Amino acid sequence: MSSAAFLAPRQVTIVRGVWMAVTLVLALMTIFPLVYMVSIAFKGQTEVFSPNLIPKAPTFGNVIYVLTEVPFLRYLANTFVVSIVVTVLALWFHTMAGYALARLRFPGRETIFLAIFSTFLVSLPVIIVPLFILVRWMGMLNTYAGLIVPAIFNAFGIFLLRQYYLSLPRELEEAARIDGAGYWRIYWSVILPLSRPIVASLAILFFLANWNSFLWPLTVASDSNLWVVQVGIANFKSQYSASWNYIMAASTIVAAPMLVIFVIFQRQIMESIKTSGLK
Amino acid sequence: MSVDTSSMTVTAVRNRPRRRSYDAQTREWIAAYLFILPDTLGLLVFVGLPMLFALIIGVFDVNGFGSFAFVGLANYRRMAADPLFWHCLRVTAIYVVLLVPSLYVTGLGLALLVQRTNRFNAVMRSMFFAPQMVSLVVIAVIWQFLSADKIGLFARIFSFFGIGGVSLLGNPSLALITTVFVTVWFLMGFYMMIFLGGLQDIPRQYYEAATIDGASPRQQFWHITMPLLRPTSFFVLLVSLVAAVAGSQAFDLIYVMTRGGPANATSVMITYIYQQAFQYSAFGYAAAMSSILVVVLMLLTGVLFFMTRGGRFDYE
Repeated sequence: MSSAAFLAPRQVTIVRGVWMAVTLVLALMTIFPLVYMVSIAFKGQTEVFSPNLIPKAPTFGNVIYVLTEVPFLRYLANTFVVSIVVTVLALWFHTMAGYALARLRFPGRETIFLAIFSTFLVSLPVIIVPLFILVRWMGMLNTYAGLIVPAIFNAFGIFLLRQYYLSLPRELEEAARIDGAGYWRIYWSVILPLSRPIVASLAILFFLANWNSFLWPLTVASDSNLWVVQVGIANFKSQYSASWNYIMAASTIVAAPMLVIFVIFQRQIMESIKTSGLK
Repeated sequence: MSVDTSSMTVTAVRNRPRRRSYDAQTREWIAAYLFILPDTLGLLVFVGLPMLFALIIGVFDVNGFGSFAFVGLANYRRMAADPLFWHCLRVTAIYVVLLVPSLYVTGLGLALLVQRTNRFNAVMRSMFFAPQMVSLVVIAVIWQFLSADKIGLFARIFSFFGIGGVSLLGNPSLALITTVFVTVWFLMGFYMMIFLGGLQDIPRQYYEAATIDGASPRQQFWHITMPLLRPTSFFVLLVSLVAAVAGSQAFDLIYVMTRGGPANATSVMITYIYQQAFQYSAFGYAAAMSSILVVVLMLLTGVLFFMTRGGRFDYE
């Protein structure tokens, strides 16, 4: 970046041009597999392995086949319901917890926060076996509750919201308290409206994570009526292993909504990732 | 902040009868406990309890119907004598050693490449980040297609350069490397963003001063960027290490792409644990193996906690 100081203006232009060209080539290589997936979704069976990106005879046949011959709409509906419910409940619980941990004073607050923080790095694969045994014992295998409830709780959201609430000015809250508002009123009509930006970013991240999650739905629901799209795809792939045009059509249907969300909300998504790591 | 509240309490105590202020405090306590109840309970039941379970179920024999029988250290003895366990442990170690540095280098490299804020770089960042939006199941499907023997895109490219018969996922010595490559491709945009956040926090003036003093770009990188990026580097290394050890990405990818094969070349711990539990119903044995991972992860979390003084990743 500060190489500019050592070079003549013309050299700077050349260096910058090369730099941009390299970046562009790498970026195109990065998205190529995704573009290729979409391309094959619209290719006929005979054309699948030909390297051309634009189908010679584009067809919607694959997409229609996947949506009609396989219960894919059912999987999509399941995924949508599960993702929405998890996101809403998680945001509700996490904003409450984050608010109390940041703003209210009560015995054991630090200890409870430490306990929550200590679950930060526990990832699902590590506890999948005991979690399965627990959920089976609770009678939640092959139920929507089993898909939804264990997916709600994560320290990451609580941690970020607490940090956000610590940075909010206290004045508005105090004003509401002087007006005689109780804690629930303050949370509902002062804190929640103030947290709109972070709640929006987290909502996108949570929805995404649940839409794309595979391990837990695979484990908890063997009943195909409860399958989510990711499980559907994995199963579809082992059944239709040679029909790549159908598999890619199914993959495109599953990936497309997230890519559209990304194009619309890319700034929010990427900003929240950028700050999530560190602050 | 704390000064404000304490002076308020003092005023409250002075103006009101003592009992009322005690009631206000009790009300705050009750409100707080109710607010944190759902999340605390949920984390306790669905994260804390399984963690504890993972450590103790290992000494039981748990069958497919959920009946427990105490077997002492039998599962652990079986583990010690199971060559496949040791094999999977070794595969996991290789996977971690290949993946974590690759993610660090590609994440930082891309961040430096698109560091300057302008419209071109904004588009480039989005392109590097795009794979993150797609599920690992779909990623696995796409890469399996691209890596197909003979007719897949990579096989064609290789044979174009005169290297025929390369099987990226069918050859045991290549399958794990391919898996790591795909994981890097998937995750590099995420770590690029984390590094960009860290780079943004380094004050411009340091570079300006160094330039005036005649420091070359390379010197600036090693003497300004790298030292000031230390908290970010630490965070990236730790998060990627934990994810790699636990198999957060590995499970989905391997389950769909190779199922642990060929010849168990991509059988990481989590793949083997899952197979033992859900294919052979050896829940006790699977839990015993999980407990090894839990212990490793608890140690890592402890290290994180002490090195950052309670989750603060910034300098002071």
